[in-house]
Amino acid sequence: MSARPRTLFDKLWDAHVVGEGEPPLLYIDLHLVHEVTSPQAFEGLRVAGRRVRRPERTVATIDHNVPTTDRSLPIVDDTARIQIEALRSNAREFGVTLHDVGTLEQGIVHVMGPEMGYTQPGMTVVCGDSHTSTHGAFGALAFGIGTSQVEHVLATQCLPMARPRTLEVRVDGALSPGVTAKDLILAIIAEIGVDGGRGHVIEYTGEAVRRLSMEERMTVCNMSIEAGARAGMIAPDDTTFAWLEGRPMAPAGEAWTAAVERWRGLATDEGARYDRTVRVDASRVAPMVTWGTTPATAVPVMGRVPAVPEGGPEREAALRALEYMGLEAGTPVESVEIDRVFIGSCTNGRLDDLRAAAAVIRAAGGRVHPRVGAMVVPGSTRVKAQAEAEGLDRVFTDAGFEWRESGCSMCLGMNPDVLAPGERCASTSNRNFEGRQGRNGRTHLVSPAMAAAAALNGRFVDVRTITGDAGVPAGRA
Amino acid sequence: MEAVREVNGIVAALDRADVDTDQIIPKQFLKRIERTGYGRFLFHDWRTRGDGTPDPDFVLNRPPWNEARILVAGRNFGCGSSREHAAWALRDFGIGAVVAPSLADIFRSNCVQTGIVPVVLPEAAVVGLLERAGRAEAGAPLRARVDLETMQVTLEGGEHHPFDLDPHARRRLMEGLDDIALTLEREAEIAAYEALTPRGAPAAPG
Ligand code: SF4
Repeated sequence: MSARPRTLFDKLWDAHVVGEGEPPLLYIDLHLVHEVTSPQAFEGLRVAGRRVRRPERTVATIDHNVPTTDRSLPIVDDTARIQIEALRSNAREFGVTLHDVGTLEQGIVHVMGPEMGYTQPGMTVVCGDSHTSTHGAFGALAFGIGTSQVEHVLATQCLPMARPRTLEVRVDGALSPGVTAKDLILAIIAEIGVDGGRGHVIEYTGEAVRRLSMEERMTVCNMSIEAGARAGMIAPDDTTFAWLEGRPMAPAGEAWTAAVERWRGLATDEGARYDRTVRVDASRVAPMVTWGTTPATAVPVMGRVPAVPEGGPEREAALRALEYMGLEAGTPVESVEIDRVFIGSCTNGRLDDLRAAAAVIRAAGGRVHPRVGAMVVPGSTRVKAQAEAEGLDRVFTDAGFEWRESGCSMCLGMNPDVLAPGERCASTSNRNFEGRQGRNGRTHLVSPAMAAAAALNGRFVDVRTITGDAGVPAGRA
Repeated sequence: MEAVREVNGIVAALDRADVDTDQIIPKQFLKRIERTGYGRFLFHDWRTRGDGTPDPDFVLNRPPWNEARILVAGRNFGCGSSREHAAWALRDFGIGAVVAPSLADIFRSNCVQTGIVPVVLPEAAVVGLLERAGRAEAGAPLRARVDLETMQVTLEGGEHHPFDLDPHARRRLMEGLDDIALTLEREAEIAAYEALTPRGAPAAPG
């Protein structure tokens, strides 16, 4: 190997380029599949008489379409049912493992993969889903692809692609008490913009990133795509290894020791160069709320909806977003009243997220505000079981939240969980695009703790005033 | 895939930045298991009013722009979800080229897979195009030609703008190549790679 210092990304790229031809061909270690973006790909294989080259590297689950209410009832939406049936028969026909509804493994593909230990450091991971960037939290190169590329990977286990550039997002310092990974990534996207990462793979580095738990790292990497990046990644370390050890698909015994040894070598070398670097000061990040229709419109909860820019296309976009969201510039965020709360998704549907929301409910006491309909949707069936074993479901239901089965649910509203026109939702998901959670629905992105606080109060509140982290909160002093 | 050498036709202007794929094709249309038939759902929530009737003000509902072949939009077009259905819907509607100051990464590659020419032009050129296409009368819409041979966008009247495209993407479009067949031709390399870096199931990566 060359002595040239390399980044984490460089090492993964170099190790996965197949042969010397052009365009570069990247070998894919793990291909995750779900029901929405795969039927046309399997159909393509069938038509061309091709097989799945590496079924043992291909894992499927059902997440986007499934109802999160009683699963013993038939699915009333015919097209959804047909799509789910199609994945079942494709998995059978092509010999692909399917973690189906009714098993503990079923869940949102980006929650299930890590939880099962499929996702490991040093791997290339793809899925026909843009939030595949989540898996980069393990030091994997993980990115979303379109359906034609899904077919390509099924048939060849490879993907032709141009080498992306690298962007280091260096987060110095430490997050203040009561400020979460969700707030951090929203602050980062507000800083670099929804296309700030276009053409790049982001590596998150720095003191504040090293201190994040695995689940928090997944939240951060998950939303890399909302900054337009191909992927987001974090170098694997003891936090990663401790989380992974003993998972069903993780190596065990001697193979584990050897793997950890190898994974330790993946971190970016001293002196390696990124194409760009952006610095963020973690201590300045406060609990965030988005006001507009892109994830870059996050502002601190103690702040106000920003003024409309003087001119240019930004002015048009801001006016349109304000109108869509039913807001006025200058309105204090804490005065905005909400109708719905959604806690879940691949961004914030893991056990720690549910714990954080439950902790706020325990600290505050009381019940969901009478105007508000609030829903908790665990990211996987296993998360649901674990949460129930800890009694979290009771904390939620006693306070008046609905406790659902796992799936994508109201993150995109492909199943029956949608906002009515004009309804305003505090959501722990990742996209506040127009209509994302239902036509003319209004989505504000927040952390699980902030969502719980909003549910109880019927409006946004600085969660630190509930949890007692409000000594001199960042940005409030 | 059909080979594309040039796209010739009416230019429709969508003067918005950060148009995401949820707008291009909303989720309720992703449940189908076919690759075709998405054109009538293109920009569904913008093209229809609350009661489901077409909004006569939306550009792609207004003749002659309902027959547009080239769509010009603001920066970061196609951001968000990886759904290839967005490209399928554009293609199915008749759009053969999308022109913007920047296109989101996954969308751009989905365009190439679908036979849509992704054209990135400097911001100033796009602003000019949006303006010209936007103020054109129904009787005289702006027409343009996107030529992959010369790598130029030529507007009616002669104004032209060169653009860049990854040479592999360009070749695939122009020759209508089956991407998967191309990779399968590299089978020996792939097999050698797999032999050199033995990996079991993902449970035991090498
Ligand atoms: S939870 Fe939302 S963002 Fe995540 S995979 Fe499901 S639909 Fe996509």
